[in-house]
Amino acid sequence: MTPPGISERFKTGLWRENPGLVQLLGLCPLLAVTSTFVNGFGLGIATLAVLVASNGLVSASRRWIRSEIRIPIYVLIIASLVTCIELIFKAWFPSLDRSLGIFIPLIVTNCAIVARAEIFASRNPVGSSIVDGLVMGSGFALLLMVIGMFRELLGQGSLFSRLDMLFGGEPMRGVVFTDGGWLLAILPPGAFFSLALAIAAKNALDRRHQKKLRGSMARRARGQSR
Amino acid sequence: MNDAAILKSGVTLAVIAAVCTAMVALTFRLTEERIIGNEQAWLERSLQPALSGLFFDSGVTESKVVIPPPHELPGSQAALIYRVYAGDAPVAALFVVSARDGYSGPIRILIGIDVNGGVTGVHVLEHRETPGLGDRIESTKSDWVKQFDGHSLVDPDPAGWGIRRDGGQFDQLTGASVTPRAIIKAIKETLLYFDANSDEIFADAATEIGSEEEKP
Repeated sequence: MTPPGISERFKTGLWRENPGLVQLLGLCPLLAVTSTFVNGFGLGIATLAVLVASNGLVSASRRWIRSEIRIPIYVLIIASLVTCIELIFKAWFPSLDRSLGIFIPLIVTNCAIVARAEIFASRNPVGSSIVDGLVMGSGFALLLMVIGMFRELLGQGSLFSRLDMLFGGEPMRGVVFTDGGWLLAILPPGAFFSLALAIAAKNALDRRHQKKLRGSMARRARGQSR
Repeated sequence: MNDAAILKSGVTLAVIAAVCTAMVALTFRLTEERIIGNEQAWLERSLQPALSGLFFDSGVTESKVVIPPPHELPGSQAALIYRVYAGDAPVAALFVVSARDGYSGPIRILIGIDVNGGVTGVHVLEHRETPGLGDRIESTKSDWVKQFDGHSLVDPDPAGWGIRRDGGQFDQLTGASVTPRAIIKAIKETLLYFDANSDEIFADAATEIGSEEEKP
């Protein structure tokens, strides 16, 4: 079996097996921090970085690890990486770190990360595992950003507010459409509704795609029988 | 597992633990200085709202006193006092206290009081009030907290320190009265404490009320 190409793997991570949309992993941070785009972006990037590094390290050490002690080792690796990322955020993105608060250290408990270590990185070479971390992490990060944008737009009537938390400078209000918005969208229930809508939209798109595929196959079959 | 396998597992764990610890230690070394700088800058910035319009010497953040609970200030967490001087003359005291009766959890507030007992500024540092309702206590979301500037225990008298609905002098927030009530009560209690203890607060740093180190 030849390994699938990079673009095929990106499709898998971003769409077919998106950790948030399809595998429904890491929902706690997904629901908790996505009240604005910049929060979703921050946590998404942090998770992506941890996932790439943990996949790389787990894969690099996979030959010496006996299966009995693999879980404590994953925990060690992931916890240390998250601590490093937290320190890096505190040093270079202090206000984003304040805004995300406990959810940066809580990346440790994101089961998407330990799942990729167990399912993929412990059985595949380093390069391939890093790619896996990259595609799965991007899938998760993109979902966080999309939901963040959606909730910010509905809840505050703005987009990309507080980008200064990434680049420094004075507080920015972003693109403001209206003042105030639909409160429910920023409250916790809004997170559940947004995620449900995202999953429903994905399923609807998939179904339409399948129907089209089936339709064209049926046409081809009719053409051959004639 | 036989003994050799157990030994091997133990050694593997130890080696990986050592590598991970080294990685964290290295990152800590590389980021330590920036993090300390950021926290100092954040602290100074967060004290600004209570310092506007005052003339004072630099080094306000070094004049911190930590008062561990139990104390007569609002809140069951440690309270902080930053003393502001111009030369030897006391100018103001900045209190960091917690209002207990918020809608969800304690509200950490910075309250500046000048030597004459007037409020120089109030700023909410940390809270978990409802977004869109109670969170308008944040100065970035509304001017509500600015209404206390310049007021003291004589203007209005202590009975006037409440929201209008309770017979007080101050505005509430549309749709939220619990949060404003909690904050006004905390300001009033802090003013009363300052009134009773101002000499002790500004006494020489050698006679610190408490000396425990704690982050704000």
